[in-house]
Amino acid sequence: MEPTVMSAKTSALPEQHLAQRRFGDRAFKWLTLLMALSVFVLIVLTGYELAHGSQLALHKFGWRFLVSSEWDPVGEQFGALPFIFGTLVSSFIALLIAVPLSIATAVYLTELAPQWVRQPLTIFIELLAAVPSVILGLWGIFVMVPWLRMHLFPSLKGTLGFLPLFQGPIYGVSMLAGGIIIAIMIVPIITSVSREILRSVPGLQREAAYALGATRWEVTRIAVLSYAKKGLFGAVILGLGRALGETMAVTMVIGNNPKIAASLFAPGYTLASVVANEFTEATTDIYLNALFEVGLVLLGVTVLVNALAQLLLKTFGGPGVKPQQ
Amino acid sequence: MKMKTLTLTLLAGGCLLAAQTGAFAQMLINGAGATFPYPIYSKWFDEYAKVDSSVRFNYQSIGSGGGQKQILAQTVDFGASDGPMSDDNLSKAPGKILHIPTVAGAVVVTYNVPGDPKLKLDGPTLADIFLGKITKWNDKRIAELNPGVKLPDSDLVVVHRSDGSGTSYIFTDYLSSVSPQWEKDVGRNTSVKWPAGLGAKGNEGVSGQVKQLPGTIGYVELAYAHQNKLPFADLKNASGNFITASLDSVTESLATAKIPEDFRFSMVNPPGNGAYPISGATWLLVYEQQKDAEKGKKLVEFLNWALTKGEGLASGLDYAPLPEMVQQRVLERVKTIKY
Repeated sequence: MEPTVMSAKTSALPEQHLAQRRFGDRAFKWLTLLMALSVFVLIVLTGYELAHGSQLALHKFGWRFLVSSEWDPVGEQFGALPFIFGTLVSSFIALLIAVPLSIATAVYLTELAPQWVRQPLTIFIELLAAVPSVILGLWGIFVMVPWLRMHLFPSLKGTLGFLPLFQGPIYGVSMLAGGIIIAIMIVPIITSVSREILRSVPGLQREAAYALGATRWEVTRIAVLSYAKKGLFGAVILGLGRALGETMAVTMVIGNNPKIAASLFAPGYTLASVVANEFTEATTDIYLNALFEVGLVLLGVTVLVNALAQLLLKTFGGPGVKPQQ
Repeated sequence: MKMKTLTLTLLAGGCLLAAQTGAFAQMLINGAGATFPYPIYSKWFDEYAKVDSSVRFNYQSIGSGGGQKQILAQTVDFGASDGPMSDDNLSKAPGKILHIPTVAGAVVVTYNVPGDPKLKLDGPTLADIFLGKITKWNDKRIAELNPGVKLPDSDLVVVHRSDGSGTSYIFTDYLSSVSPQWEKDVGRNTSVKWPAGLGAKGNEGVSGQVKQLPGTIGYVELAYAHQNKLPFADLKNASGNFITASLDSVTESLATAKIPEDFRFSMVNPPGNGAYPISGATWLLVYEQQKDAEKGKKLVEFLNWALTKGEGLASGLDYAPLPEMVQQRVLERVKTIKY
């Protein structure tokens, strides 16, 4: 293509050339629109396939599926309540542990760390994100769970044992172990996105705060964190999304017992785990349909949680940097 | 420069094409199903390639459920399952499906008790342990079966499979046959509603959990226990003898089990004197009327080889071969496959 000459005589460009440029722009616009739509279509198709595959179970159980705790492949009675409970609780514990850790790390990396530390530390955090779920699960079974069983859990039981959360027998594999391992998996993603958000807070904000006589911490709190609230919240939601769907690492350390218990030391079970565990050997149609329905419930929970988060964001979020995913 | 890349690409494409056509000269027979016999089937396919190089077998160990589904959908030439197909499922098939038993294996009870004593257990006690009714190691009933063994006063924690598996099927089949309460409350299946205990994924998961947590009891495949040197219990069989699981005691189980015409049998708790009570066979699922004459012929030839020469390779991989009588009956059945 000949280089176009930037001159005042742009109107002297031949009609054909202008039409070509218009066509190129339009084609580009339609192509990118197609790509964006395809993502949307993919999600809708997934939901449709899940709904289609769970017809038998939907008809047989109806709403009882969401409130029943009975998971009996032999008697063909299926209820997903323990799994919903497990997914929500383990994800919540993971957020409780990961969010302060990640945001503090992000603040350190952007505001406080000396230049020579930033790059290596960032690389390490991203390496953690690269560890496959199964490998982390193996490490969980052989290293983390015994350590939890022998050191952390007994001391928690000793100090906080008056709470029903920390009572009961200690096996090592437990809801809390599941939550901890999910936390390890979502720290890198929340840290990376938060770091980007904090980096794009305009320097003007910080300078203004300093000008008003704020200390280092006050600057960080008022000018940076406060400004980036919305974006940080978005980062947390990204992490939550991953936490809800995490499968292999969780199923290896959570104990796989479909019961709802108050204690964090009791084994639990998540929606993703039950599908991963039982799908290949499900021989009857109703069993398969029930598992499809579990997948549908997981999709529903994810969508609901995200919608709730967006709502919270709209109501409470201030102005500021939006997450650039 | 452009010509060079063009020629190179054409050459590469040409080579790939040639390689493809080379491979297509061989017949490909596809199968899918159970994970339990995967090692022995792989060995058989390997060895058979030396006998007849014109056919190649491809087996995907996607699980018994998958194997049954795929043979029903006719996307594979043969299926494999650790549990026989139900009447329900068989009625969905477009043609008659034959169950061809190939090898058998045992399920053993492994535990973590200080000192690793050799424990003896019987069916009803085992069922009560897994029902959650026996919660301490020094319970009267375990102590009665193990006089002279120092049992600790600690909690007994059950570990079962969280994933669906043929091993669970055989184990729950056994518990159902020795405990009416188990049969009523839980039943037999690749995946059940376990009344008590922790779930671990795969044989590795169960043995890992048992090895790490003192006071646990779980069940794994015999082959797995052998290779990982796990302690396991002697079980009381239907004749009243305490048997250690071994390939011989499993073959004896198979010899004394009641095997009906269609080969859909359960071999738990058989009457033999030296039979190990928790054993199960694994089956190949093939259509009586083969769709493709060529493939059908090759498949039958392979089955004949596997059920005669192939059985000799089974014990090397910790599988129990079929006893003589059963072998004869199965070979007769293979003769009825039409192609």
